[in-house]
Order: sequence, then structure tokens, then C-alpha cells
Amino acid sequence: MMEEKYALELIMKGMRADGRKFDEFRPIEIIPNIIKKAEGSAQVRFGDTEIIAGVKLNVGTPFADTPNEGILIVNAEFTPLASPDFESGPPGEDAIELARVTDRGIRESHMVEVEKLVIKPAEKVWAMFVDIHMINHQGNLLDAASLAAVTALHTTKVPKVELAKEGEKGDKVLRGDFEKDLPVVHMPINITIGKVGDKLLVDPDLEEEMVLDAKLSIAVLEDNTICALQKEGRKELELDDIDKMIELAMRKAAEMRELVKKAVASTK
Amino acid sequence: MGHKSDVKLIVDGKRTDGREFDQLREVEMKVDVVNRANGSAMVRFGNTVAVAAAYGPRELFPKFMQEPQTGILRVRYNMAPFSVDDRKAPGHDRRSTEISKVARLALEPGLFLEDFPKATIDVFIEVIQADGSTRVTGINAASLALADAGVPMRDLVAACSVGKIEGKLVADLNGLEDNFGETDMAIAMQPGKKKLTLMQMDGIVTKQEFDDLFKLATENCSKIYEMQKKALKETYRRV
Repeated sequence: MMEEKYALELIMKGMRADGRKFDEFRPIEIIPNIIKKAEGSAQVRFGDTEIIAGVKLNVGTPFADTPNEGILIVNAEFTPLASPDFESGPPGEDAIELARVTDRGIRESHMVEVEKLVIKPAEKVWAMFVDIHMINHQGNLLDAASLAAVTALHTTKVPKVELAKEGEKGDKVLRGDFEKDLPVVHMPINITIGKVGDKLLVDPDLEEEMVLDAKLSIAVLEDNTICALQKEGRKELELDDIDKMIELAMRKAAEMRELVKKAVASTK
Repeated sequence: MGHKSDVKLIVDGKRTDGREFDQLREVEMKVDVVNRANGSAMVRFGNTVAVAAAYGPRELFPKFMQEPQTGILRVRYNMAPFSVDDRKAPGHDRRSTEISKVARLALEPGLFLEDFPKATIDVFIEVIQADGSTRVTGINAASLALADAGVPMRDLVAACSVGKIEGKLVADLNGLEDNFGETDMAIAMQPGKKKLTLMQMDGIVTKQEFDDLFKLATENCSKIYEMQKKALKETYRRV
């Protein structure tokens, strides 16, 4: 309670507890390929917030309405080790919302060329599972999760596969033996802008999140088009806020994209 | 959203159901449709039908969930198994969990929950027929149900969907447009207070397109707001 009150008072005075400016990220660390067992992965830190995303590829059956596209599934776990507020059990509404917003940013940007992930048309396609694990919750999970997922996809490789012969059961994915890079063509960056009073700020930490009136998450592409939006938080936004929030998000997305590019380039 | 397909969404400058780009479907609103509830409403946009019921403020059980300082709002959005083409498995899934949350956040700022410590207000939204834009239809019904229940409110919440189909910006997406269009956006607002309580979008738009979509959405929310007020007035004229 004390920390929240302090955070609120500071923000109203135009300051933040850790000395950042309102439009400044915490120190961001992106470590690609952190999980050797996964086909792609990344660890992301925003200050003390820490998240790992891993991508696994399995041979799957395409959905009936998209017989010639690979499958993308994004899942998020608010593991109980990450915060005293998280509990074991099936994902709660916050975890589901985070996964679905992250999913939309990735899916709607068409960053993965899913039509190139067909193994046998209408029968077998690659199913990409992006699993996002919270390791330490110190605020702004959505931006960190989305960054981890996008970075992980950018480092993902498609394994070789031995298809089952007539009469045989099961296809064999040759783990660790790769055929090609995952066909990834875009880099959506999700930026959440917090609002408290008349102040707008980026990358809110945990104490700041407690006092925010509302948030708007904006997924931005390289050409400054927007591919997903989600308003969050318990209070309203003024209609005039939207423009300012989008403008700020676009500026910060460009900055964050450079960090991802650098991290991805280091793996090639 | 966003599947490449051969489905034509615009024919001869009109939408598949004959509408202009900025035109809502036929809208029907009825208040007080569930007599056991404290408040209720049915809202229909074309073939999308949602029924909402509000219960409370009432004491919240189990007691450990009670908040000593404030009441809480609980919202459950649910789709009937027969509401869609392929039967939907009954019960909660990830989509309905998320929509229940954003619907709650869309309605909550309009209420004076702090006046009802330890209490809950429960809103149940049932989509009984789905043809696109179900969440906004449900929110429109829910706001009417809360008003019908006599829950004090800052303003009604009006919601609508807008989107981009074959490059054109349109209002009130039907199911086909929702499935095969490029972009959809749902917004909910308190039109009287000019405040935004829900905004979700997926699909690619430029900033200019977003501005135009947003304007289209707010204009239509204002229209829907007038319809909501009319529906409420008609109900109480009857009494």
C-alpha cells in the first residue's frame, strides 16, 4: 500500500520511483535461444520482470477452414513462482487475456508465413506452439511476453521430419536437425501505455500498475501500421487520449524493434 | 480474421446483406425480458441476438470474496451451443473468458460500486444467436439490464463494431465480414460522458484508417445510445 501511494504521488509530481522519464523503458535485456531444447526461444527482462518464451514445432492436422496453412497457438502460464499473486491451476482470465492479445499481435501482423508451413496439403502442417512462462512479475508482463514471443519466433528453426510410411503410425520429427529457418517476415512490437490522471507512461512497473487508471496496448509494425489494440484497466480513457497514446507507442516501438533486431542478428 | 479467401464481401458497392458501408443492421432492443432478474434486456443486431440479465446489488458469497471497501461487478459472457454454425461445446473457453473480462471492464467504470461494500452485481450475457459482433451486442444488452435493475450509473454504455473489409471501412460487422474481413475493432463508450471503456482491435490498419474507424465507431455508438434510451423509456411508459 505504501509503495503504491508513493508511486502515485511521484507520478503526479512528474517523477517515477526508479528515476525514469515517463517515456523511458526499464533496462531491457533480450537473450535469444536460451532454451536449447526448443526450436526457438528468448528470455526477456524489463528491469526485474523476467519472461521466457519457447517455440515448439509439431506435425499437426490443419484446421478445416485453413487446410493450407500452418497452425499458431500462443499460451501463457502465470507460474506461481513468479508472484505471490499467482496460483497453481488452469490459467486465469489475466493469463488468458495476455495470451490472446499476444496471439493477435503475432497472427494479425502475418509475421509468420503460415502458408509456407505445409508439409502435405490439407493433411499435415507444422503446428507452432508459443509458450510464454512468467518467471518474475514486476510489471508490464504483456509487453515483455510479446517481445519474448516475437524474438523467439524470429530465432525459430523448422526441424527435419520423417513422415510415416504407408501402414506406419506417427511422423518422426528429427529434433535438433533443422531444415530451414521459420519463415518470418514482420516484427510486431507491443507497447502498453499507462494512464494515471493526465499522465501517460511507458513500461509501468508493478507499483505503478497498481495505481494506473487505464492502459492501452498497441501492437505496431515496421511501417507504423497498427495490428492489434486492447484497452485494459478499470477506468475510462478520454477520447483525446487515444492519439497521444498511439503516437507514443509508435515512437517507442521503433526503439524497441532495434533492440530485437540486434538480439536476433547476434544469433545468425 | 484475415484469412485469404475467395469470399466476396462487397458486391456492386454494397455489402453482402445489402447494407451501405456505414449502415447498422436492423436493431431491436427490448427491456425487461426476464422477470426473475432485477433487470434484463434483449438486443438484436440483424441475426445476432444477446440476452442479458442483472442481479443485485446482492450479498456476495462466499464471504471471503467480499471487498470491505467496495462492491464488485461480475460478468459472464456465454454463447449457446446452437448459436453458431458448428455446435459450440457448452461452457467457458478462452475466448469467452477474455470477453467476460473486457465486458466487465467496459461496464464497471459507469457504476458506483464503492456505494455497495461487500456486495456483488452479477451480469449474465447469453448470446443465443451469433452472426458477428456478439460482444458489443452483449454489452449493449448488459448496460440496459443494469439500468433496468435500477443500479445507479454515470451513463449507459453503448458499444459497436467497425472494421475493414476489402479495403473499405464499415460499421457493425456481420459474421461473414467478421470471419473474412481484414480488420475488426470493438469499442464501448459512455457517449454522454465522451469516455471510452472498451477498445479491441485486430488486423492491420494505418493511423489514418484507425482515425476514420474510430470516428465511425463513436458516431455509431451515439446512435445506439439513443436507441437504448428509447428502449428504456418505452418500457417504463408501459408500466
